[in-house]
Amino acid sequence: MVSAKSLALREHYATPQHQRDTATLGMWLFLATEVMFFGGLFTAFAVYRMYYTQGFLEGSREMTLVIGTVNTAVLFTSCLTMSLAIRAIADGRQFRTYVLLLVTAGIGLVFVALKFTEYYLHYEEHKVPGIWFTSNQPNSGPEELFFVFYFVMTGLHVIHLSIGIGLTALLAFRTAVGRFSPGYHTPISNVGLYWHFVDIVWSFLYVIFYVPGFH
Amino acid sequence: MIAKVRAAETPNYLTAEQGIRSWLLTTDHKRIALLYIAAITFFFMLGGVAALLMRLELLTPTADLVQPETYNKLFTAHGVIMVWFFLIPSIPTTLGNFLIPLMVGAKDVAFPKLNLFSWYLFMTGGCITLYALASGGVDTGWTFYTPFSTVYSTTHVITAAIGIFIVGFSSILTGLNFITTIHRLRAPGLTWFRLPLFIWSNYATSVVMVLATPVLAITLLMIVVERVFQVGIFSPWLGGDPVLFQHLFWFYSHPAVYIMVLPSMGVVSELVAAFSRRSVFGYTFVAFASIAIAVISFLVWGHHMFVAGLSVYSAMAFSFLSYLVAVPSAVKVFNWTATLYKGSVSWDTPMLYAIGFIGLFTIGGMTGLFLAALGIDVHVTDTYFVIAHFHYIMVGGAVMGYLGGLHYWWPKISGRMYPETLAKASALTIFLGFNLTFFPQFVLGWLGMPRRYASYPPEWQFLHIISTAGATILGVGYLLPLVYLTWAWKFGPSAGPNPWRATGLEWQVPSPPPKHNFEVTPVITRKAYDYAGMKEELRLG
Amino acid sequence: MNSLDLLPPTASTYANQLNDFFWVMVAVCAVVATAIAIFLIYCAVRYHRKDPDELPEQIRGDNKLEITWTVVPAIIFMGMFGWGAKTYFDVEQPPVNSMNIYVVAEQWMWKIQHPDGIREINTLHVPIDTPVRLTMISQDVIHDFFVPAFRIKQDVLPRRYMTIWFQATKAGKYHLFCAEYCGAKHAGMIGWVYAMNPADYQQWVDRGGGEGSLASTGEKLFHQFGCANCHRYEGHGPGPDLRGLYGHQVTLATGVTRIADQTYLRDCIMGDKGGPVAGFRDHIMPTFQGQLSEEQLLAVISYIQAMGPATGTQTPSSAGTTLDDYGRQPGIAEPGATSTAGTKPDSR
Repeated sequence: MVSAKSLALREHYATPQHQRDTATLGMWLFLATEVMFFGGLFTAFAVYRMYYTQGFLEGSREMTLVIGTVNTAVLFTSCLTMSLAIRAIADGRQFRTYVLLLVTAGIGLVFVALKFTEYYLHYEEHKVPGIWFTSNQPNSGPEELFFVFYFVMTGLHVIHLSIGIGLTALLAFRTAVGRFSPGYHTPISNVGLYWHFVDIVWSFLYVIFYVPGFH
Repeated sequence: MIAKVRAAETPNYLTAEQGIRSWLLTTDHKRIALLYIAAITFFFMLGGVAALLMRLELLTPTADLVQPETYNKLFTAHGVIMVWFFLIPSIPTTLGNFLIPLMVGAKDVAFPKLNLFSWYLFMTGGCITLYALASGGVDTGWTFYTPFSTVYSTTHVITAAIGIFIVGFSSILTGLNFITTIHRLRAPGLTWFRLPLFIWSNYATSVVMVLATPVLAITLLMIVVERVFQVGIFSPWLGGDPVLFQHLFWFYSHPAVYIMVLPSMGVVSELVAAFSRRSVFGYTFVAFASIAIAVISFLVWGHHMFVAGLSVYSAMAFSFLSYLVAVPSAVKVFNWTATLYKGSVSWDTPMLYAIGFIGLFTIGGMTGLFLAALGIDVHVTDTYFVIAHFHYIMVGGAVMGYLGGLHYWWPKISGRMYPETLAKASALTIFLGFNLTFFPQFVLGWLGMPRRYASYPPEWQFLHIISTAGATILGVGYLLPLVYLTWAWKFGPSAGPNPWRATGLEWQVPSPPPKHNFEVTPVITRKAYDYAGMKEELRLG
Repeated sequence: MNSLDLLPPTASTYANQLNDFFWVMVAVCAVVATAIAIFLIYCAVRYHRKDPDELPEQIRGDNKLEITWTVVPAIIFMGMFGWGAKTYFDVEQPPVNSMNIYVVAEQWMWKIQHPDGIREINTLHVPIDTPVRLTMISQDVIHDFFVPAFRIKQDVLPRRYMTIWFQATKAGKYHLFCAEYCGAKHAGMIGWVYAMNPADYQQWVDRGGGEGSLASTGEKLFHQFGCANCHRYEGHGPGPDLRGLYGHQVTLATGVTRIADQTYLRDCIMGDKGGPVAGFRDHIMPTFQGQLSEEQLLAVISYIQAMGPATGTQTPSSAGTTLDDYGRQPGIAEPGATSTAGTKPDSR
């Protein structure tokens, strides 16, 4: 069942394929801006890690490794379900797509919940710069700086993820009312691109914050 | 062949719908362009008032007209408004929005609703920043250097930073829209090397907008975090590095100055072609020069930091690359000049602006060579020499290009012609006032007058008086087009589709264009600026 | 100064060098700019459209010309780059025998400290024909030390020493400006540099007003803040012996090596050096952040710099001090002192 609205070809496009390709180019360009956006933070982090290797290592040791690793697995799983959802709509399986999109959004919510739990744990351990930060280091500046980056970067990530969850849920409901079809599901593909990007950002965050504190 | 539509039968984009909702909810790129023209003109006047107050203060060597604290807020307001609310949006959002779809043979940009959203982002950011300026101002300078901006300043830094952050996204989305439009919506037959040079320039500009602006956004975000939570990302007391802020800031802000000047260069290409009745000399070289400028512009940011604490070796690398970026700019100047040689040169107002641009941009660019020289920069950086340099490029260059383009395309946008004699007089007034204002500032800079000073050694007053006199003349010069272009909108004589007899798809549609630009998508077979090929249609020769 | 002077005074060796470069640049740029302007105006007039319908010759380009006017400017620019880089190198590398003067910038004043103890605010007296190296730091935000007559300028940062040098060539009184916006009274953070003939300079020094040299002030602070308790001269106090340290390589416990220069010493005192020195892991040096002003830091560092080598028995002798060889007041025994002088910790 395909409604007339779903194939709404904007008048300045020659064909639906043309419109699809254009929208996809737009999403890739948007992701390029996101790379530059996070890139500024990664650059600043890299500079300080070079200056303060010891202090940043101390910071990594304070990370809750279990939650971080579980979260990584969680997000990777959500990428799988998102890819399956895109496959499903390409095959015309509306209900399956709807379910998979909802599951993706749900898994995203699990990530968010775990993340906020983690933030709360940091608060209890007094590792929140600017609000409540103590350290057993004689010079706590670098460790505090590490945590500043931790909260800003993972915070920004969780905001991006939340937007992705909202969009995915919206797409799930649009699928349910039959807006998409094998011939037209560009919004799902593009939100999928965005979702994968957010996951890739997380994997970099995991590596820079958690991995150094492994032992 | 392009089907011609008789203007009388079809409503144009201005008359197609009426009422304020049809304007505030429009997705027509041409109407959005007009919304932007209104907005940036407002901001230009505001920024100009700040400048005038500064110049009035500088008539005397002591800070007697305004308190130093107020002066600090004035130059911050002037910089913030002119950079983010006038220069960066100016040509792309006005002439770019209006013309890019027309020039590529499309009915609109790739994402029309996103285009409108960009305008709302611009207005939101603008209101928030205006609120910051009105409720006490900001005194950090438009450059927000830390730790002053994050720890010491007691003004509305956070509000201003948020406003600029939002306006940055307006910029990013516009650039994204243009890149997609130019890649995907070109009419059949319109290959890259048949595109007008205005498109090449705006394409290069959009790439820079899309890649550089996010870095500004994240840097401003870090400033806000540091200020709100008093943690040390850039302040030394927690281990932060204030010079890192400068690296991040200039990584955006240097490419940003090319965002400001590249579109104007695109306008100048169109003007010299139309008013020499010739293709721009060396089309391919000019096109690639735009791309080269955009690429190399990302590699030179350190030249703002030669005395800031860079290592000698990185300073040398940045100096070398800064000279490299000057080469494509020089190539463009030579090509424009050569376009006039043995051409048919008309002295209409847009051409006066174009010639003015070439001369003033050359002077501005050459003083850039002085600044790129490490040894000289040590003396002149942070002085009026730099101020004169960038005003020659931004005002003598970018603004004159904007005005030239505005006059050139006014008949297309409004359907009416502006008064030519008055326009010529204004152009000359602006040229004269501009040089009187800014040339003495080169001298002041070499003498050692630092930037951002409300008071100065009395022996330099004479130069400041000349500069202020020039600024007054310049101000009058800017008011004139505001008046007569508005007048012409309602009362100017009707202009036909192609009053200048120029090539270009925008001149093949009626003036003003219909809402959907082209009834039938054109098919392109000619190269750009094909005056010889089009001589029958244009009734030439 | 006459208000019609359009050029700054030329009062340093660097200013002389730079003037030559500057005028060559002006000449080259003026010639090219004028040529372009004349050619533009010539074409606009000579090829002025007479017949509204005229169609001129459609010249689209000339590759040889393009290459010429790409390569020739590039070569000229490389020449400019080279000359600029050379002059920059010169101004960034102070000669070895420079006279050191310390500058502390603070909102909104310049505090100058001569090593012999003389202090100035917003003025700097120097002898001509002597290389002078300024070591500068800010107490708060970024400032910039700018003397147009000498053509020198350097940002002054918090928490980091910056240096610039000059050699004045002409006696006179020259403007000093702060050239990095620093807040409300940025335009008021100005002063004068007095370049003086050697005889006049000596007179000025003698009139002086130093309360002892910078190093002796530093010595007093070294004891006042308890540094001497850990950094004992016997060699096996909780902290390393500092004699002979300045300018030598230090290995930290993490394996990182650094040179013990002013920045390193400041980092040690502020707790920023990145861990204890190798061989001294058991006692972590406390941080003195917030307890010492930048001027006091410079004084302590001057004292450490002036400390003799570790094996020698002399301590820096400074006018007016009554401290013994081990930096103590004679007659006061330090608890737990041993008399094994000259032993050094094993990993320096």
